[in-house]
Amino acid sequence: MDALILSHVEHGVMTLTLNRPDRLNSFNDEMHYQLAECLKQAERDETIRCLLITGAGRGFCAGQDLNDRSVDPNGPAPDLGLSVETFYNPLVRRLAKLPKPVIAAVNGVAAGAGATLALGCDIVIAARSVNFVMAFSRLGLVPDCGGTWLLPRVAGRARAMALALLGDKLSAEQAQQWGMIWQVVDDAQLLETAGQLARHLATQPTFGLGLIKQAINAAETHTLDQQLDLERDYQRMAGRSDDYREGVSAFLAKRPPQFSGK
Amino acid sequence: MSELLSVHHGRVLQLTLNRPQARNALNNALLTQLAEALEAAQQDDSVGAVVIVGTTRFFAAGADLQEMAEKDLAATLNDSRPRLWARIDAFSKPLIAAVNGYALGAGCELALLCDVVVAGDNASFGLPEITLGIMPGAGGTQRLIRCVGKSLAAQMILTGNAIDAKRAQQAGLVSEVYPSGLTLEYALALALRMVEHSPLALQAAKQALRQSQEVSLHAGLGLERQLFTLLSATDDRQEGIAAFLAKRKPEFKGR
Repeated sequence: MDALILSHVEHGVMTLTLNRPDRLNSFNDEMHYQLAECLKQAERDETIRCLLITGAGRGFCAGQDLNDRSVDPNGPAPDLGLSVETFYNPLVRRLAKLPKPVIAAVNGVAAGAGATLALGCDIVIAARSVNFVMAFSRLGLVPDCGGTWLLPRVAGRARAMALALLGDKLSAEQAQQWGMIWQVVDDAQLLETAGQLARHLATQPTFGLGLIKQAINAAETHTLDQQLDLERDYQRMAGRSDDYREGVSAFLAKRPPQFSGK
Repeated sequence: MSELLSVHHGRVLQLTLNRPQARNALNNALLTQLAEALEAAQQDDSVGAVVIVGTTRFFAAGADLQEMAEKDLAATLNDSRPRLWARIDAFSKPLIAAVNGYALGAGCELALLCDVVVAGDNASFGLPEITLGIMPGAGGTQRLIRCVGKSLAAQMILTGNAIDAKRAQQAGLVSEVYPSGLTLEYALALALRMVEHSPLALQAAKQALRQSQEVSLHAGLGLERQLFTLLSATDDRQEGIAAFLAKRKPEFKGR
């Protein structure tokens, strides 16, 4: 079987490379299955403390492979909701729930679900030449993979609406100016920069980072009161972590902390 | 009693379902231990309330299917299990379920039997009996509909699909949802808050709450007044009101 996802674990970082370069790493069912297996490992393996997602070849991910969806004009309408329900929604939920940082290193074009998937990662770093293409509306479709939830939150309603309705492409630099992504770097620097960041995060207090991520994600739908309660609860749990103790001891002893992630 | 662990936290008794290898399935042996533990707690004045908890991933994932499969119609007719459930239900002190993970089938019915359910954010509640060609047999069809209403109860019971903690809270099955790492701690805090109060008042109030499910509003109001009147004859009532007026902490004696 072809490895449609290349998985590599080193220094606490799991690097997942979407690997269908001849199809700009667009998703088919098999690629979804393989990605789900890798994420299962990322969830269970405590030595993995950061996830880095990137694409092989010149693209990041071109979304759904439309070759798998060629519609017979005389046949019955396809049920696209089924693949959203079976593949894309569980993927987005898993990445959002994963209690460790997820970095997207967007190395090339990110279109359709590939764009919304990338923008939804915790930290997004893009190569300068990259475009995010909200291609859905041009096919008569709706941004999926969390797109309609995510875009207004990262870009603001006005930009989200126009981007999604027009199906335009957005340059990495524009996305950064709008505050939608963390960083833009020269193409040649992308993997080095993203790898460095991932290795750094993998040495940090992972349990606490996981709580920060859950808290910020929960804030999107919470009231201030709910969020204050959540902060109390998460701080209570964080305060009991080994890493908090280590952090304080190291600070008092003026030495660099050695975080275990627990 | 290794399958049911008990720990005291002051006047709160914590009972932990502990059959991880069977996902805390409630077989007759475990149910019997639970009934015995609650009956002992009933007689024990040092216990004011009980918290039932499972493991991180399972509150209790159903009944023991092996046990059930062996029983034909005649054996099921004379099953001792309904009596076990009735013994558990007879416990008259506050009973709190702290649910992390799966509360399915009999596990869900056990939670429904408790006075208060608090849940971890990873909890899920369901009555999947229908998928086995059977139906809930320990209060599931009766208690669920009384807390979540007809449509959701019928949907859950007829499809066998579970609901998550947030949905269960919206529907009224669960009073609070907490991060799963804190569920037990917060359930114990809730129980400790309860046991600060007069034991007789707790018992009377629980009885009145229970009766609300049994009788008409008119009869329920009558029963409530009788129980209220009953408390007026207790020392604890005098102490409670006197302490409030004197702005001090009451010292209840349970009489």
